[in-house]
Amino acid sequence: MIKPELLVTPTSVENVEEVIDAGADAVMIGEERYGLRLAGEFDRTAVHEAVKLAHERGVKVYVAMNALFHNDTLPELPDYLAFLDKIGADAVVFGDPAVLMNAKQYAPKVELHWNTETTATNWYTANYWGRKGSARAVLARELNMDSVIEIKENAEVAIEVQVHGMTCMFQSKRTLVGNYMEFQGKDLGVEGRSKDRTLVLHDPERDVKYPIWEDWNGTHIMSPKDMCIIDELDELIDAEIDSFKIDGVLKDGAYIRDMTGLYRQAIDQYAAKPEEYIEEKEAWRDRALALQPDNRELDTGFFFKETVY
Amino acid sequence: MRTEVKETAAADKRVITKKPELLAPAGNLEKLKIAVHYGADAVFIGGRDFGLRSNADNFSIQEMEEAVEFADRYGAEIYVTTNIFAHNENMEGLDVYLREIEAAGVRGIIVADPMIIETCKRVAPTLEVHLSTQQSLSNWQAVQFWKDEGLDRVVLAREVGMNEMLEMKRNVDIEIETFIHGAMCISYSGRCTLSNHMTARDSNRGGCCQSCRWDYFLYEDREDANAESGNALFAEEDAPFAMSPKDLNLVQSIPKLVDAGIDSLKVEGRMKSIHYVATVVSVYRKVIDAYCADPDNFTIDPEWLKELEKCANRPTAPAFFENTPGYEEQMFRNHKQKTPFDFSGLVLDYDADTGMVTLQQRNHFRPGDTVEFFGPEIERFSMTVGTIWDDEGNEIDAARHPLQVVTFKTDQPVYVHNMMRKEL
Repeated sequence: MIKPELLVTPTSVENVEEVIDAGADAVMIGEERYGLRLAGEFDRTAVHEAVKLAHERGVKVYVAMNALFHNDTLPELPDYLAFLDKIGADAVVFGDPAVLMNAKQYAPKVELHWNTETTATNWYTANYWGRKGSARAVLARELNMDSVIEIKENAEVAIEVQVHGMTCMFQSKRTLVGNYMEFQGKDLGVEGRSKDRTLVLHDPERDVKYPIWEDWNGTHIMSPKDMCIIDELDELIDAEIDSFKIDGVLKDGAYIRDMTGLYRQAIDQYAAKPEEYIEEKEAWRDRALALQPDNRELDTGFFFKETVY
Repeated sequence: MRTEVKETAAADKRVITKKPELLAPAGNLEKLKIAVHYGADAVFIGGRDFGLRSNADNFSIQEMEEAVEFADRYGAEIYVTTNIFAHNENMEGLDVYLREIEAAGVRGIIVADPMIIETCKRVAPTLEVHLSTQQSLSNWQAVQFWKDEGLDRVVLAREVGMNEMLEMKRNVDIEIETFIHGAMCISYSGRCTLSNHMTARDSNRGGCCQSCRWDYFLYEDREDANAESGNALFAEEDAPFAMSPKDLNLVQSIPKLVDAGIDSLKVEGRMKSIHYVATVVSVYRKVIDAYCADPDNFTIDPEWLKELEKCANRPTAPAFFENTPGYEEQMFRNHKQKTPFDFSGLVLDYDADTGMVTLQQRNHFRPGDTVEFFGPEIERFSMTVGTIWDDEGNEIDAARHPLQVVTFKTDQPVYVHNMMRKEL
């Protein structure tokens, strides 16, 4: 049985080490200026340290450059890509074609992973970006299990799916939290609106809370529950999905470490003794649930949902 | 490379010979005919599949043929939106559909998904391919990428400002289309799945329920937080958190857009009424024509601005044109305002000998009401309605019924497709 890669987004260099100890095969890191909705902020020094550390342990490091770039940031791309090439980063995660074009020139040794989040919805387009130079497609979180498997069956690139964590529902370039506070006459310096503030929007109709924050890339709104399919991995492993991602955004390092360990064990158990894993499905979900903060329920994302239009 | 748009026609007067295309929306055949008649150079429409407004009427292939035939008489172009992000199951039927669109004589399609771009190039190669705003195209190198992919035109992200457009034009020789008027996503287009999460309707396949425009309540989260827990970042009397943007309106910036050589200026609103389309198109038609005819002496006529407000049900703003928009460009509490005018009738016929108009009623009016007529053939004028007769010649005390055909005398000649509106 081919085991999928277990990919994790850690919060810091120390946390990189922790998730490697817990069984991660790869980590995705980066800085807010180029990457979207990261679990931690890694400047160049930290990225370099993480690469050294990870490579000693045979673990891969992917660097997020999946922001939507405007003209003003383009001049910075060659230097950052050349830096990633030089330190031996294993892949650049991109959405904007500008990154793809620059990467071919300035980071020829680094693999490309196509990740536009919401728009990676069919196998043809996954292969299209493959023909443009991408080695992997990171699928939209809004797909169900059948669609994911059909994409994998037809894909000429590696396929990555998120198996755990929060997912993004919305990104605006507008400073929506700041605008609201300003409208209310509040002092922005005192109020704060970054990720650290743990702000939520309450939706009275559904009685759920959506995490919201603002950063360099605009305003982000996240899913009200954490998706978790630790008890539904068998079909995806059988389909030979290449990479399972645990997204650690808005979580602390200990949680990410412990959840990584749990998925490591679940994957290994299914690979070694599939019937035991099937038997223990409910227990796997309970173990994941035990790690959850009280205010974050689990669901299965869109894996078993139908959407209409 | 910047498109050269100016040349000296006479020794002392500059005129602009290459006008940008005025591109209007049309949700159905009637709206399309009005858009073209009122001065649109091109119209974008949706078909039955692969487009993003599953609630609009949309066009059958036969209606597309009729649309093309009508537009041809005016020298206008038709583009069809096929800008979903397709799922695996949406690939079926695409080949046939694109061939049918091509055969109908449509000029091009507006596309977001590379799967549809490549399929179109393979099966319907004479169609132009325009990149949809759903790709959130926001830098010039990405524009270059899509040019290299063989696209004929790109529609920019709504987050792109004037200076960024200029840089794109300077660096890449490709047709650029940008929105100038209408409702907008407050998110980066294509990067919002609020609708998927809240109502299981896929926004990127036409199911958007516009949940960004609902009211929310902002809290600082703690493990014990809920609506009652007192971590609210608002007081009871404060407005709820809202993400409703004012509608886009760039009428004052048309000269800058023309000077920049932007190729197509797009009005949003396939769901809007014929009155909306007619009003917006006729104003922008006048602005573009007036500026291009004499750019050095051009000024905005305040009447144009007033005219645009007559069909608006939301306040407007320039959005990202100059800067990132602040709270002044959003709406809190009241997301809607009432349209100040009612569209009350569409001219079906006019008898020059008797001065009588035959009008299809669209909203209630009665003798004694002050109304105004407008249309491409006439200067807008106001008048008081006199005696009204129904289609059997009976005098009536009011035109009450939608689509009822009535006649009455007008102060000045009017033409078929002219419209009558009434201030509320």
